[in-house]
Amino acid sequence: MNSSLNSQHSLVKCFHCGQDVPKGVQFVANIKGTAQPMCCPGCKAVAETIVSSGLEHYYKYRQGDSTFTPDLSGTELPSAIQDELKLYDNASIQQNFVITLEDDIKEATLVIEGITCAACVWLLEHHLVKQTGIEQASVNLTNHRARIRWHDSEITLSSIMAAIYHIGYQGHPYHPDKEEQLLELEKKRAFRRLGLAGLAMMQIMMMSIALYAGALQGIEDKIEVFIRWTSLIIATPVLLYSARPFFTAALRDIRARHLSMDVPVSIAIGGAYLASAWATYTQSGEVYFDSVTMFTFFLLIGRYLEMQARHRTGRAGNALLNLIPDSAIKLANGQEILIPANDLSIDDVVLVKPGHTIPADGIIVAGYSSVDESALTGEYLPINKTLGDHVVGGTINVENPLQLQITEVGAGTKLSAIVRLLDRAQEEKPAVAKIADKVASYFVAAVLLTAVIVSLIWWNIDPQNAFWITLSVLVVTCPCALSLATPTALTAATGTLRQHGLLITRGHVLESLATATHIVFDKTGTLTEGNLSLKRTHLCSNTDAQTVLEIAAALEAHSEHPIAKAFRKYQLQTADSMNAELGQGLEGNVDNIVYRIGKPEFASALCQQKLTYDDAPDHNGQWLLLCNSETPLAWFCLNDQIRKGTQQTLAILQRLGLKIQMLTGDNSAAVQDVADELHIDQVVANASPKEKLAYIQKLQKQGAKVVMIGDGINDIPVLAGAQTSIAMGSATDLAKTNADAVLISSEIERLTDAILLSRKTQYIIRQNLSWALLYNLIALPLAAMGFIAPYMAAIGMSVSSLIVVGNALRLTKLVRRNPVK
Amino acid sequence: MEILFILIPIAIILLGFAIWAFFWSVNTGQYDDLESPAHSILFDDDEDMIPDDAKQGKKNSSRD
Repeated sequence: MNSSLNSQHSLVKCFHCGQDVPKGVQFVANIKGTAQPMCCPGCKAVAETIVSSGLEHYYKYRQGDSTFTPDLSGTELPSAIQDELKLYDNASIQQNFVITLEDDIKEATLVIEGITCAACVWLLEHHLVKQTGIEQASVNLTNHRARIRWHDSEITLSSIMAAIYHIGYQGHPYHPDKEEQLLELEKKRAFRRLGLAGLAMMQIMMMSIALYAGALQGIEDKIEVFIRWTSLIIATPVLLYSARPFFTAALRDIRARHLSMDVPVSIAIGGAYLASAWATYTQSGEVYFDSVTMFTFFLLIGRYLEMQARHRTGRAGNALLNLIPDSAIKLANGQEILIPANDLSIDDVVLVKPGHTIPADGIIVAGYSSVDESALTGEYLPINKTLGDHVVGGTINVENPLQLQITEVGAGTKLSAIVRLLDRAQEEKPAVAKIADKVASYFVAAVLLTAVIVSLIWWNIDPQNAFWITLSVLVVTCPCALSLATPTALTAATGTLRQHGLLITRGHVLESLATATHIVFDKTGTLTEGNLSLKRTHLCSNTDAQTVLEIAAALEAHSEHPIAKAFRKYQLQTADSMNAELGQGLEGNVDNIVYRIGKPEFASALCQQKLTYDDAPDHNGQWLLLCNSETPLAWFCLNDQIRKGTQQTLAILQRLGLKIQMLTGDNSAAVQDVADELHIDQVVANASPKEKLAYIQKLQKQGAKVVMIGDGINDIPVLAGAQTSIAMGSATDLAKTNADAVLISSEIERLTDAILLSRKTQYIIRQNLSWALLYNLIALPLAAMGFIAPYMAAIGMSVSSLIVVGNALRLTKLVRRNPVK
Repeated sequence: MEILFILIPIAIILLGFAIWAFFWSVNTGQYDDLESPAHSILFDDDEDMIPDDAKQGKKNSSRD
C-alpha cells in the first residue's frame, strides 16, 4: 500500500460508509473490478468480506450509507469482541433467548444494529445462509430483527454473530419483556380494527350508492328495507370492534370530567348508528351506516400511524439491553464463574475485563483502570479509577482488568435511581393544552344544547317529527371535519418530518414545538459528536504528516482508550513491545524505533527534553505529543468536534425568537469552548441528572415552554420532565423511548425544519377548525328547521371532510428555511 | 331484481371470508415487515440460475 500524499482529494467519500476519507489515508477495496476508496481498515475489511462472499450487488441496491463502522483491522475480529461473543455460546445465557427445536437445531431472534435499507436485509440474509450450518435466516426490515435457525453441531452462535459483525452489523440477543409483548399485541389489534373498518366501509358504500340512487329515482320498498338490514349487519362489527377505542377513551374522559375529542366522535358514531338501526327497525327515517364506517376508518388510520411512530423508536431491543451486561464474571474460591448479571448479590467479587460494561455498582478491590462514564455524566474522557474508588454499573471499563466488590445491585444501583427519577419527572410533566380538545369541549356542549332546544321547540310545533329532526341535527353536525381537522394535519406533518429525519412519537410534539420559547441542549453527543477526533496535526520535525500519523496509529492500535479511536483510521502498521502508563501515554516499537505518545511530560522524557502543555501550539482542545528517542516529532490536537451545521442552525433558531441554552454534566474546559464557538450565553455546567431536571422544572414554572435535546443516560430524567423532548438518533435506547421525538439522523439542522413545519401545522389546524365550524354554523340552522335531506347531509359532510384533508396535505412539503448570512 | 336477495347475502359471506383471511394474516405475522419484500424481488441474485444461452449480451452490461 503506498502512502503518497499528493493523490489525496479532500472530499473523497468512503465507498462503504460514506464518511469523508481523512487526508493522508489510502485504503482501497476492489469492488467489481474498480478500486474504491475506503476510509479505514474496518470498512475495507467489511467491503472485502462482502465481495468475497459474492454479495457485491449490495452496493448496487443500497440506499443511504451504512452507519456502523466496525472495529476491524483485518479478517480477524478484535479479541475483546471475540471473547464477548463467546459468552453467547454459554448454555446458561442461551436459555434466555434460544429455542431448541429438534436435537441440534436451534433458533434465536437477534436485534441487528446498523440496518438502513432493504439491501442490508438482502445482504444479511444471503451472507448468513452461506455460512455452513445455518438453515434459515430471515431479517425483518421494520423492527430490525433476525430470526436464525441453525445446526448447533455445525456452527456456534458466536460464529454466527461474528459473521454478522464481519459484514458491518452488530447482533444482540432479543428477549422481549412483558411490556414489549403487550405492545406487539396492541399493534396487531389496532391493525385488525383498521382492516375490518376498511373492508366493511367498502361494502357498505356500495350499498349506500344504491340507496342514494333510490332516493333520487325511486326504489322498491322491499329492496330498500333489505339493503338497510344488510348494512346494519355489516356496520355492527365495525361499531363493536373497530370503534371500541373511541368509546372507551370517551368514557374515561367523561369520568374524569373532561371533554376531549373522543366524546363528540363517540356521540357521532354511536348516535348515527343507533338512529340508523332504529330507522331500519321501524322502517322510517334515514340511515347513515356509510358515514359511521367511513368516519371510523379515517380516524383509525390517523391513530394507527401515530401508534406506529411511537413503537418505532427504542423498542427494537430491550431498553437497557446495551447498558447492563447479560453476564458477569464472578470470582469465587479463586475460580472465574460466568453468571447472569441479575444473579449478582452484594459483596460478590467480580472481574471486569477491559471493554466490558460494569455489571453493578461496586468498589475496586484490585487493579486500576480508567472508566468511561460518559453515559452517566456527559464527560467524554474516561476517568482514572484506582483501589478503593467507586464505580457505577452501566459504565464501561476502558483499559485494564478490574476486580470489584459489589455494593449495590438491582433497584439500589445508581442507574435504577435515574430510572426512578424518570418516572417522577414524567408525572410532573406539564400538560400541553391541545387546541382540538379545547374546541371539542365547547363544541360538544354547544351541539348538545342546540339539540335539546331544537327538540323542545319541535315538540311544541310537530311532536311526530321532533325525534327525526333532532337526530338530523346531531348527525349533520357530526363533527367529521372537526375531528379530522387536527389528526389529518398532524399525520401529514409527522410523515413529512419522518422522511426528513425527525421521528415524532407523541401526539403533542407538533403543537408544543410551535409554541416553544426555550431550546435547551445537552453538550456531549448532542451539540458535539460525543467522541474524540483529530483536529490538527502540528509537525515539529521534517517528517511528513502521513508518517507521524501512521506511527501514532500503530502505537494507539493497542489501546481501548477513546483517544486511540481517533487514530484508528490511520492504522497501517503494527507496533510491538508495547508499554502503557495509565493516564500518561504509550510507549512502543515501530520498525524497531522506540516512540512515546501521550502527555507532553511523559513523551518528552524519552528524548531528554522537558515539554509541557504550555509548549503546545495553542490551548484549545487536548494535545498529545509524539516523540522518538532523539526529538519531538509532532503534536496532535484532539477534540470532541461540534456537529456539522450546528452553528448555523442555532443562529436560525435564535432568529426565530427562541432562546438557546446549554445544560451539561461535563465540567471540563470544553464546555466554555463549545459555548463560545456556538454563541450560547446561558450555560449550566457540572449538573447532575437531578439538577438538570430541577433546572428545567424551574424554567417551566416561570412560564417557559422548553424543548430539551439530549442523548445520554444522564439526560433521561430531564427528557422526561421537559415539556417537549428530543433525543439524538445515537442516543441510548432508554433516552429514545422517553423522548417525545427522535432526530434519527442526528442532524441538528432538522430542528429548524421541525419548528417551521410545526408552526405551519398550527396555522393549518386553525384554518381547518374554522372551516369545520363555519360548515356547522350553516348546516345546523338548516337542519334545525328540517330542510336537510339525508343525501344533502352526506354530500355536505364528505365535501367538508375532503376540504379539510386537502388542506392538511399542504403539510407534506417542508417550509423553506432561509439561511443566515 | 329478486336476484339481489341472493347476491347480497353471497357478498356478505364473501366479506366474512375476506375478514377472516385478513385476521389470519395479521395474526400469523404476514404484515410484520411491509418494507423489505417490496425491494427484495428486484435484487437479481439469480444470475447463476439463468442458463448460459439465455443470458442477454453479458458484455454490454451497462446496468451499473
